[in-house]
Amino acid sequence: MPAHDVSQPTVAPLDARVGAIEAACEARGMDPDAIVAELAQHADEQWLPRHGARVVAKAWTDPEYRRRLLADGRAAVTELGLTLPVHHRHLVVLENTPTVQNVICCTLCSCTAFTIIGLPPDWYKDLEYRARVVRESRTVLREMGLDLAPQVEIRVWDTTADKRYMVLPEQPAATLGWGETALAQIVTRDAMIGVARL
Amino acid sequence: MDGIHDLGGRQGFGRIRYAPNAPAFHAPWEVRLNALYSVAVKLGIFNMDEYRHAIERMEPRHYLTAGYYERTLTSLATLGVEKGVWSSEELERRAGGRFPLAAPSARGRTNVTGRERFAAGDRVRVRSDHVPGHVRMPGYIRGKCGVVVSESPAYPFPDAHAHAVAAVDEPTYDVRFEATERWPDCADAALVHVGVFQSYLEREP
Repeated sequence: MPAHDVSQPTVAPLDARVGAIEAACEARGMDPDAIVAELAQHADEQWLPRHGARVVAKAWTDPEYRRRLLADGRAAVTELGLTLPVHHRHLVVLENTPTVQNVICCTLCSCTAFTIIGLPPDWYKDLEYRARVVRESRTVLREMGLDLAPQVEIRVWDTTADKRYMVLPEQPAATLGWGETALAQIVTRDAMIGVARL
Repeated sequence: MDGIHDLGGRQGFGRIRYAPNAPAFHAPWEVRLNALYSVAVKLGIFNMDEYRHAIERMEPRHYLTAGYYERTLTSLATLGVEKGVWSSEELERRAGGRFPLAAPSARGRTNVTGRERFAAGDRVRVRSDHVPGHVRMPGYIRGKCGVVVSESPAYPFPDAHAHAVAAVDEPTYDVRFEATERWPDCADAALVHVGVFQSYLEREP
């Protein structure tokens, strides 16, 4: 509908549109407040990067686990009691090395392994990141504060299917010998998306 | 459909608004909306391909100006109308104003016949298909050649799944493309890996 068509009534504000859906649910015997309370609790307590951080810390300290994680991500995170939605049938773990930087995106929408690496940050879902990262990866990463040496190969992974990805960052040399719990504290969501190194 | 959502490789977009550990939500209504959407998925009111396709069907100017959660809201409201859960009149009455929805869906398609099984290392070409409905082949790989890196387990075929068309599940292949081959002289060197459904691929001739 043309934006200049003044004969149209005003578009309702976003919170009023969400309120309309809540009211429509309520009129059909559902309890939107309970739904929101339960799911908001998931967002606050479940869909957090600390799960992925545990996976990374375990992979850093347990070579056998690392091997299993790289071979079958879904089975390996399940070992730690973590879950993926049923439609994410496959989790591919991408290993960074001194000469390889993996980075995840979704050019068509905004897919992520959100139960493992956390709900995606705002910039991941913005048009700028989605349009640019496949074509101008090194420039985009530099703008985001990750200035990679020229010899580092960049591998961009576009999440166009329901298979999900997470990046296994390199362990910082200064943390060699640390225990799993301490290591998990230093792993960030952005490192598991691949736009930051630790 | 070659929709406005198909953004990979588009030029003219500016800097990414990046801050380390940026939030997922900015307003309370986003949290509420995300919860309602999650419940609709859980209740099986629609599947993920229907959800994504309803976003793609948004009027392009609306799509470009809407944030992520407004796109989710529009998809949820549209699918609710299309599946007879509520009407647009009811939503507009309750919202006290206009409630823009996505445009109607075109037809879907089932799996391509004569699909091939590929192995890591095979050279493949993305078919030059143009479809009116949902498709998970980003435009930037159409007709392009790449190398198969791995095969995934079978998934519902999105072109059918978004349209309630019967189809069999099929694998996707991680296919590696060279950014500088795709956009010669106008890209940073990188390997771009895309999860490509079997129906979109043929062996490189």
